[in-house]
Amino acid sequence: MDLATTLLSRWPYVFTIVLLLIGLYGMMVKQNMMKKLFGMNIFQTAIILFFIVHAYKTGASVPILDEALGGDPATYVNPIPHGLMLTAIVVSVATTGVALALLIRIYRAYGTIDESELLAHLRDEDGA
Amino acid sequence: MTTPMPESALPILVTVLLLFGALATVAAGLVRRRLAWPIAFTTLVLVLADALVLLATVVRGGPVRHTLGGWAAPIGIEFVVDALGAFVVVVIAAVAVAVGVYAREAVRRENPDQEVAFHGMLLTMLLGLTGMVLTGDLFNLYVFYEISSLAGYALLAVGDRKAPVAAFRYLILGTTGASFYLLGVGFLYLLTGSLNMADVARLMPGLVGNPALPVALALMIVGVGLKMAMFPLHGWQPDAYTYASSTTTALIAPIMTKVSAFVLLRLIFFVFGVDLVTRLLPAGWIIAWLSAAGIVVTSVMAIAQRDVKRMLAYSSVAQLGYIGLGIGLANPWALTGAVLHILNHATMKCCLFLVTGSVALHARRTSVAQYAGLGRAMPWTFASFTLAALAMVGLPPTNGFFSKWYLLLGTLRAESFGLAAIVVASSLLTAVYFFRLLERIYTAPATGADLPRGDASLTLLAPTIVLGVAVLALGLGNAWIVTQVLQPSLPGATRLPGM
Repeated sequence: MDLATTLLSRWPYVFTIVLLLIGLYGMMVKQNMMKKLFGMNIFQTAIILFFIVHAYKTGASVPILDEALGGDPATYVNPIPHGLMLTAIVVSVATTGVALALLIRIYRAYGTIDESELLAHLRDEDGA
Repeated sequence: MTTPMPESALPILVTVLLLFGALATVAAGLVRRRLAWPIAFTTLVLVLADALVLLATVVRGGPVRHTLGGWAAPIGIEFVVDALGAFVVVVIAAVAVAVGVYAREAVRRENPDQEVAFHGMLLTMLLGLTGMVLTGDLFNLYVFYEISSLAGYALLAVGDRKAPVAAFRYLILGTTGASFYLLGVGFLYLLTGSLNMADVARLMPGLVGNPALPVALALMIVGVGLKMAMFPLHGWQPDAYTYASSTTTALIAPIMTKVSAFVLLRLIFFVFGVDLVTRLLPAGWIIAWLSAAGIVVTSVMAIAQRDVKRMLAYSSVAQLGYIGLGIGLANPWALTGAVLHILNHATMKCCLFLVTGSVALHARRTSVAQYAGLGRAMPWTFASFTLAALAMVGLPPTNGFFSKWYLLLGTLRAESFGLAAIVVASSLLTAVYFFRLLERIYTAPATGADLPRGDASLTLLAPTIVLGVAVLALGLGNAWIVTQVLQPSLPGATRLPGM
């Protein structure tokens, strides 16, 4: 009973954890490397949401000093996590770009992006 | 701290030089391809000079800081450098210069089409790695972590046609690691409201008992452990090292995992504090025993390999185990051994990988069997290879002996005779795979018709000889490094008595 109410009152965090697990599942279980990349993106998005959820305050304003609202920090949302996550989003986009470039090179070389098939190719070439 | 730490522009200069060096390399390379290497190499030499001045400053006058953009910490980001950090930056820069000499010819022969981008990426990766060492901010560390990783994925994908597959697998794992670290930072930020390492460390005692703290610690250890290739998170590493071009491996193998080890040390001893870590989790013992298991398993794997580069890759995971072991044991002797091994393993592994690279280029040989008889054909190359191999085994007076000696003292001090036995036994395992190779090199008759007569060209040979000599010199000079550089910057409780 207590656990259920705790979880419900913190549903954004629960949602984040579910997303994290979906991402991990995609990366660990899927053989298609494109789907692994999807998993990775879901995983990163979950972390971005985690920071944003933490920074959110109901009824607070954008973190730009407003004469009418005064200088009380409680009336503004915390800008630091948003700033951090802006950077994290850039990093995530860059990583996805590099990953897609690698996938194109892999597909051109082997004609597949299935991890188990690729690993079999690698072992063959090492043995030869 | 009683007196404020002096400001210095030396730390930020490392980052600025590498950033603009990378941009200038690519820009000049677009105009004329041959301009890329001279600019990249000049940048590396300047960075090494700056790092040496920084080390001298810090050893003489204590830690320095640089406040970025004039925003004082803990609100702004600051670079904080103590002797330990400056020492690691010097190691990075020195290895980079050695590899830089080698890279000129090797890159032109191995992947001429990517020459310009390759040198640019190389500098970008070093920018990330030095930044990870210099920064005093937890989130800034994440950004540098990702800069070095992204450049690293690109560099590891340059090689034969198998390289992109290994690089992609590493990308997925590496990004997961970085994300775990970021999540750990998120937890710490939730608890403390600060991202500055010194500030978080100051607030840490008030958080004892908070259930989120061990979660943050565990997430950060796993995140850094993945990049460090800490056993059993090392799965990405052997393929990535084996398929990449020789320049990449010779640079990434000695440096990247070491920097992650240094970050782990920073987090455990300077941010969380070793007392707190041992109270929260049996983290020290977990790291120590996992490392010990890793040393044994990957040493046995190394013995089973037929490809020399892959053998060295497994051996790298094993050697990282020594560093993990030292950090995990967290007593003065073990920690000294671990930090000394960061330097020692960087010099010897760089030398070994450079030799495999020049043998592959010059003699077109890669497997253990094909190395037969090369000792006479390429005498100087294999003289330095032998020195580095002996250091890996840990024979005095090479530098490998001293770091292992400190580690062994550390295990005995912790009264963990199981770990002591593993340190000794692993030296024997290392001896098995290196002596097997050395025997082929010097006693077996050469196979194949195209045996080279004489060593590779001077640009390929010189860095290996310099590193081979460094293996000896660092062994003989280890006392100075330990007393002057390492001891003053270790936390009080982890200093050797009498220092």
